[in-house]
Amino acid sequence: MRALGEFLTGRRFRDAVLLPVISLLCGFAVASVVVVLSGANPLDAFGALFEGAFTNRHAVPETLIATIPYIFLGLGVAVGFRAGLFNIGAEGQFYLGAVFGVFVGFNLHGLPGIVHVPIAFLAGMFGGFLWASIPGVLKARFGAHEVITTIMLNYVAFLLTDYLINNKGPLADKHATAPKTPFIDATAQLPILLPGSRLHMGLILALLAVPLVWFLLVRTTIGFRIRAVGLNATAARAAGISVGWTLVTVMGISGALAGLAGADEVLGVSHFMPPSFSVGYGFDAIAVALLARSNPWAILPSAFLFGAMRSGAGFMQLVTGVSADLISIVQATVITFVAAPLLVRWIFRLREVPEAPVHIAEVGGLGAAAPGSAAPTTLEETATS
Amino acid sequence: MSSVFLALDFQQLFRQFDLLSLATLTIVTATPLTLAALGGVMCERSGVINIALEGIMLTTAFVGFVAALVTHNLAVGLLAALLSGMLIAALHAVLSIEFLVDQIVSGTVINILALGITGVFYRTFLQQQNVKGPGTLPVWRIPLLSDIPWVGPIFFRNQGVTYAMLILVVVVHIVLFNTVWGLRTRACGEHPLAADTAGINVKLVRYVNVISSGVLGGLGGSYFSLQQIGNFLPGITGGRGFIALAAMIFGKWTPIGAFLASLLFAGADTVGVRLQYLGVRLPTQFLSMLPYVLTIVVVAGAMGRAIAPAAVGRPYRKA
Repeated sequence: MRALGEFLTGRRFRDAVLLPVISLLCGFAVASVVVVLSGANPLDAFGALFEGAFTNRHAVPETLIATIPYIFLGLGVAVGFRAGLFNIGAEGQFYLGAVFGVFVGFNLHGLPGIVHVPIAFLAGMFGGFLWASIPGVLKARFGAHEVITTIMLNYVAFLLTDYLINNKGPLADKHATAPKTPFIDATAQLPILLPGSRLHMGLILALLAVPLVWFLLVRTTIGFRIRAVGLNATAARAAGISVGWTLVTVMGISGALAGLAGADEVLGVSHFMPPSFSVGYGFDAIAVALLARSNPWAILPSAFLFGAMRSGAGFMQLVTGVSADLISIVQATVITFVAAPLLVRWIFRLREVPEAPVHIAEVGGLGAAAPGSAAPTTLEETATS
Repeated sequence: MSSVFLALDFQQLFRQFDLLSLATLTIVTATPLTLAALGGVMCERSGVINIALEGIMLTTAFVGFVAALVTHNLAVGLLAALLSGMLIAALHAVLSIEFLVDQIVSGTVINILALGITGVFYRTFLQQQNVKGPGTLPVWRIPLLSDIPWVGPIFFRNQGVTYAMLILVVVVHIVLFNTVWGLRTRACGEHPLAADTAGINVKLVRYVNVISSGVLGGLGGSYFSLQQIGNFLPGITGGRGFIALAAMIFGKWTPIGAFLASLLFAGADTVGVRLQYLGVRLPTQFLSMLPYVLTIVVVAGAMGRAIAPAAVGRPYRKA
């Protein structure tokens, strides 16, 4: 009991539990202001959000379905953060994963499900891996800042998908009236987990991914390199770690996880792919990872929370007319509070500064400095409290 | 025989291409890019990264349009866009200068916030009703100058925001390289500790520069809703704020360089659109990719390396 008491008043509890909860409450507070300004009642709006996420018929399975991509994508973005990389391109990698997954899904025939599904997943991972490797290599080789390159590759991915599927593109279903790919074979569809709902086996896979990523980060050499580069690239280089290769690897892993999410969405939920089918999962994943402070285990509650918001937002828009975009306001506020320990200290008059979850290393002026190139640092600039 | 046909085809293509209208269109398309890139230059030269320019342009495009719609006055709309730009930039300044939030995270927050706010209010106020737009800014022909062949139509038959852009390229250049303020700005971006030792108020300089990037971004945002289409659509900025940052990098953090780089991106955009009209057998999506791919190539430094201000991205705290 005493240990529990110490934990509840300790710094770890505050940083890992209290801070995210407070951030979330502030997020809803800011969002209610916006709801009031738009002429609706925040209680009605958030009530509908809750109903849509938890109490309606099929609400819980649907919330879990929305949680699955957030787990994969959140893990992917978190792995990037651990190496000091800001992967804003999860959305594009998600698209490429879906394209590769759906391609294998409707082109291979006669395989048993136990073979077809893994091949489709691998293809999806490969798609995401490929797309994320571009900014990885550009960063490692030329020092191109990944924030700009990944955002640009998102737009390229949207256009590429549009070309492939829209207007009788190479992957379009020639017999369908609406632009979409053909349906994937039954053997590639994920089995349903909960009879009578759409909840599919992808949830198990996502739950398995969490300990795997944790193990990778904390118990393997690659994970050690990733964390070393994230903490101090110059020191890592001095210790003989190839910073460039590590960055490429991290982007690859991050992209593969995003690709997994894309493939899962196609194999488990839609079973085909329209030209634009994501509702911004890849961007939400940034908030998921930040709220979890890039801790793989904490991704679970964080992803569930965003899954609930995402699945409730549609119902809220339907019932109260408040746009589902409202949840991005909650997200933005949450990120601000989690990323601004000084702000929290200032608001709540704390004496010590909570730990900041993100240090994006090697910023060095968007696109200029190669990783690890000596940037002038003064004592004043590195001191944080 | 076939080669003759090809040559004829090419001539025809060239005529349809109409270089004059292409050049005019390029200047117009470069307007928001240049303005946002100038904002980026002001910001980064003082040591603060600003990837929020996309969100600033999106929000100000919306605010400017709504203000013009409500008051039936484009000037009020323009003013509202500038003021809201200052406000959002001030948020970025407070978060990154005062509360030492990672500048990239702070910028991302603002971009997400911009999507949310414009999305919610668009749905509430604009989507359902058939709003009659406030129109677009008038084209001003400068007497005499607009009659000069080539130069006239390209530079002197434009709308307000484009004129402002052309003037501001010069103004920002002079401010940055010929005034005390500019020297202080650059000092804060290169070596804030030295600037501080010399008695410069680093925080103040950074605040002013970040907020002025909001004014420039606000002008860029008003281009979309008040000059180009006289309406607002969600996501209307389409990543131009990020392309502008690439233009800033390619322009080596100088106003004139950023302007020329913006012209290059705008040119790629314009040519892409024109080729679509001409029915080139390349899928339209690939032509639309041009500016984005070009941005990646530029950021990767394939066309010459650029050196960023040394202290950009690093918060400064007085010892």
